[in-house]
Parts: sequence; structure tokens; C-alpha cells
Amino acid sequence: MKKHYSINRILIYVFLVFMFIVSVFPFYWMVAGMTNIAVDVIKGKMTFGNQMLTNITTLFTTYDMVRILLNSLKVTGFTVLGILIVSSMAAYGFQTYATPAREKAYSIIILFMMVPFIALMIPLFRLIVKMHLLNTHIGLILTSIASIFIIFFFRQSFKAFPYEIIQAARVDGAGEFRIFFSIFIPSMKSTYAAAAIYSFMSSWNAYLWPLIILQTDKQKTVTLMISSMSSAYFPEYGVIMTAIVIATLPIIIVFFGFQKYFVQGMLGSSLKQ
Amino acid sequence: MTGESTSRSFIKSKNKHGWLFVSLALILLGVFLFYPIVYSLYLSTTSSKGIVQKFVAFSNYARLFQDSMFILALKNTLIFFLIQVPIMLFLALILATILNDKTIKYRGLFRTAFFLPAVTSLIAYTILFKMMFSLDGFINGALLNVHIIKSPIPWLLDPFWAKVTLIIALTWRWTGYNMIFYLSALQNIPEEIYEAAKIDGANKVKQFFYITMPLLKPLILFTAIMSTIGTLQLFDEPMNLSQGGVTSATIGPGNSLLTLSVYVYNLCFKYMPNFGYAATVSYAIVLIVALLSIIQFKAMGDKK
Repeated sequence: MKKHYSINRILIYVFLVFMFIVSVFPFYWMVAGMTNIAVDVIKGKMTFGNQMLTNITTLFTTYDMVRILLNSLKVTGFTVLGILIVSSMAAYGFQTYATPAREKAYSIIILFMMVPFIALMIPLFRLIVKMHLLNTHIGLILTSIASIFIIFFFRQSFKAFPYEIIQAARVDGAGEFRIFFSIFIPSMKSTYAAAAIYSFMSSWNAYLWPLIILQTDKQKTVTLMISSMSSAYFPEYGVIMTAIVIATLPIIIVFFGFQKYFVQGMLGSSLKQ
Repeated sequence: MTGESTSRSFIKSKNKHGWLFVSLALILLGVFLFYPIVYSLYLSTTSSKGIVQKFVAFSNYARLFQDSMFILALKNTLIFFLIQVPIMLFLALILATILNDKTIKYRGLFRTAFFLPAVTSLIAYTILFKMMFSLDGFINGALLNVHIIKSPIPWLLDPFWAKVTLIIALTWRWTGYNMIFYLSALQNIPEEIYEAAKIDGANKVKQFFYITMPLLKPLILFTAIMSTIGTLQLFDEPMNLSQGGVTSATIGPGNSLLTLSVYVYNLCFKYMPNFGYAATVSYAIVLIVALLSIIQFKAMGDKK
């Protein structure tokens, strides 16, 4: 009996270790690839080389990496800020001032959460062209701010906020917007952190919509650049690996720094009902 | 008297503030979401070549059934859906069950490691996989070294293996993500249930199928529907696994990775643009998502 149990145990650990290697190895390989030349990368060399400096130099001199990183930072920064302000205000409005009319508006909005982006992509593209926002970061940011999922996420989290505090502030004579900005937001920090991380990830990693709306090299984001680097006739794999590491690094840092909020943001509000 | 009037004016101002708070979101959603969705429905009843656009009623929808490219894209997408989603969700469920066992060592480490792929950008991991699965790449080298295969597998050069590669890649990226959902739900199941089952003589496998699975049913349904939407929108991965990326003539060898979303993109931006027909294909995707979700609801026996 005892022995049978431990064999099971060993099998479980073997399985876990195997899955561990599968999950983590590509990250190791990515960092190793950053230090190797193209031929070695494509042949799957697993050890570290001495090409890291060359790869980084090539990336920053031939691909205008500084500008591209700044583009990504700008787009992501403003998108996240916009999403947080607009969505949390909306969720607060729906939750704190619930009326039948607004409840109806809210349920209609939620219904549209299931519609895939591809279904609105074409008219959205034509709208952007008409508004002369093609190839502009403003166009990309403006169209990415309204996020139904984040509104939903905020509202689910706001349900736990004690309404009495808002009432008490009103009695003290605080204006509605002051209550929201100086009492409500500070006490909801972890919800904002989770939403910020989620929107940061989706904006930083966005591909399809930026690919359509940003068609000039000057406006490109990191994701678009990596994609076009890899589809070149003679891809410089070592340099691509370097770009991938640089593009992944911010998210990894955020992940390890704010793991708790990160997971909370990922789970969204699916578990709280 | 005064009390009543202040409360009425208060309710009025409350209502005004309610709309003020939600107005920004409503305007943005109206312009950049509702309007395009409705307009897309109208577009799907028109046909355009270049700038000429004419009303064709439902003939675009009829055209779908004769369009061999659409049928191929639909077939490919459904294959990815039917094979990849069950494998991934089952694997996620098993990993979550194992990591929920408090006697397992280094649970935190394993959990972090399994979740790590979910933080990578879709483009980054796709290109990483494209390099790893090249003909003389890492995977073939490793398999040859341990003598599992005698000659290199043409991962991205053969229609069948290209599909396998995409399925492996997707499973790598999303299993840990789904595992986190299951894990947090499992932590809410009281241990006494398992204790009682153990006393009744149910082994781990039986406990898995008769306790864990039924209790997680709503969440399994949720992840299944999320994965359905994800699979039907598959774009970044097939596009970037292809030889020339966005500019490639076929998506994967023999268009084996052509998905519905990629087809919509091609109709708009690669061929002579026909936005009307592209809108029709995109609405077909919406219908398929709805249909598959309903089927899953029914299959799970959810009465709500």
C-alpha cells in the first residue's frame, strides 16, 4: 500500500518537472538566443554565445529601436490611463447611481462583450480613415480606450465597496466627483492595479488592430516591428531574439513585481458573482 | 415639506451625476463599438470592388457556401477548436488538481512556471516557436539526438505538421492561463468533501471525475466559451508562423493555417478589397461563436 502510493507520487513529480521544463525552456532559449548569431539560433544552439552586444547594437542602429520603444510606451501609457479613468468612472456611475434606465444600458453593453473584434474591424477602419486618424497614435489610443471587459471588472469589484462611506461623505458636503476622486479611488488601489496590469498587457501586445491602423514605419510599435523582422527574406534571428527579450521584459517585471494583482486581473471577475 | 423637496432635487442631481459618470464610456463605445457593429451588418449586404459599392441583399451570405477559401478557413478553424481546446482544458484541469494537493512540494514554483507562458505576447511566442520548429531547428535537433525520430519532421513545411505545431504552440501559451482559473476555484472546494469520498473508497481518479469535474462545471463552461471566442479569432499565430508573415502568399503550407480571421484580413488588405464580403465573413464568425456557445451551454446541461 505504502509503496504503491510513492510510485504514484514519483510519477506526479516526473510529470510536473516535465511540464516545468516545457513551460520555462523557451524563456531560457530566448535569452540564450540573444547572445548568439543567426545561424546558431536557427540551429537551436542552447548555450550562451558572445554576440549579445553586437545584436543589441544592430537592433538599435538599423531598426530605430528607440523610436519604436517610445511609440509602444506612448500608446500603451495613454491607453491604460484612458481605460482606467473612463471604465472606472462608468462602473462607478452604474453601481452608485443605479436606476432602471442605466441598468438596461449596462446589460446591453455587457451583451456586446461577446462580439469578436473582427466583426467591427472593417467599419472601424473606414471610420478612422474618414476621421483622418489613419497612421496616428491618437487613432489607435482613442479606439482602444472603451473596454467593456474592464467596465465589467470594475463594477464587479466595486460591489464590495461600503456604500455608507459615500453617504457619510455626502452628509459632510463633499461633491460627487470629489467623493469619487479623493475617497473612492484611493481605497480601490488593488482593483486599479489589477485593471492596469491587464490593460497594459493587452495594449503592449496588441497586433491585429495596430497592424491595420499603423501602416508607416515611423509609427510602428514593438510588436509590429518583431513581426516584420521575422518575415524578412534573411531574418537576423539573433537580433530578433534580442527584440523579443526587450518586448517581453516589461511584462515579466510587472508579473514578478505584482503577481497578486496580476493573477487577480487575469481572473477578472469571473469568480465573484 | 422642505425635506421632501431636497430629497427630490437630490435624486434628480443624483441621476444627472449617474449619466455624467457613464457618459464618456457610452460615447466612446457608441462611436467605436456599436456603430461599427451595426454598420458592419449593413456592409455585409453590399458588394464592393474598389470604390464602387452596391446593395446585394443576402447574396454575400449565399456566396459563403460556394467559396472554397471560406470553407477551407472554416474547416481549419474548427479543427483547431475541436482538437486544441479539449486538450488544453483537460491538461489545465489536471495541473490545477495536482497543484491543489497541499502535500505536493514547491507548489508555488510550479504554479508560477506553468503560468509564465501566459505573460508572453502572442507575436513573441509565435516567432519563438517558428524558430524552434524550423527544419534544422532546436526541436528536430533534440528529437534526433534522443533517437525519437530518424529524420527531421517538416514541422512548418507540411500541412499536417504545421497544424500540429500551431496546436502545440497554442497549448503552451494558454494552458497555464486556464489552470489559474481552475486552481482558484478548487481552493474554494471544502476539503471535507474529498475526505468523505476517500472514506467511501473513491480513489484520486474517481474523485477527479465525480467531485472535481462536476463542481467546476460552470467554470469549465466559462473557459470553454472564452477559448471558443479565442480560437475563432485566431490571427496573430497563424499569420506569424507563415513563411513571409503578413505578406506571404499562403498562410502555412497549402493554406493549412488559414483561419477565418486571417481570411477576413486578406479580403480587406491583401486582395482587391471587398469590404462588403469581408463583413459577411466576419458576421459568419459571430454566428459561429454564438452557435458553439449555445451548444456548449446545452452540452453542459446548464439550465440558467
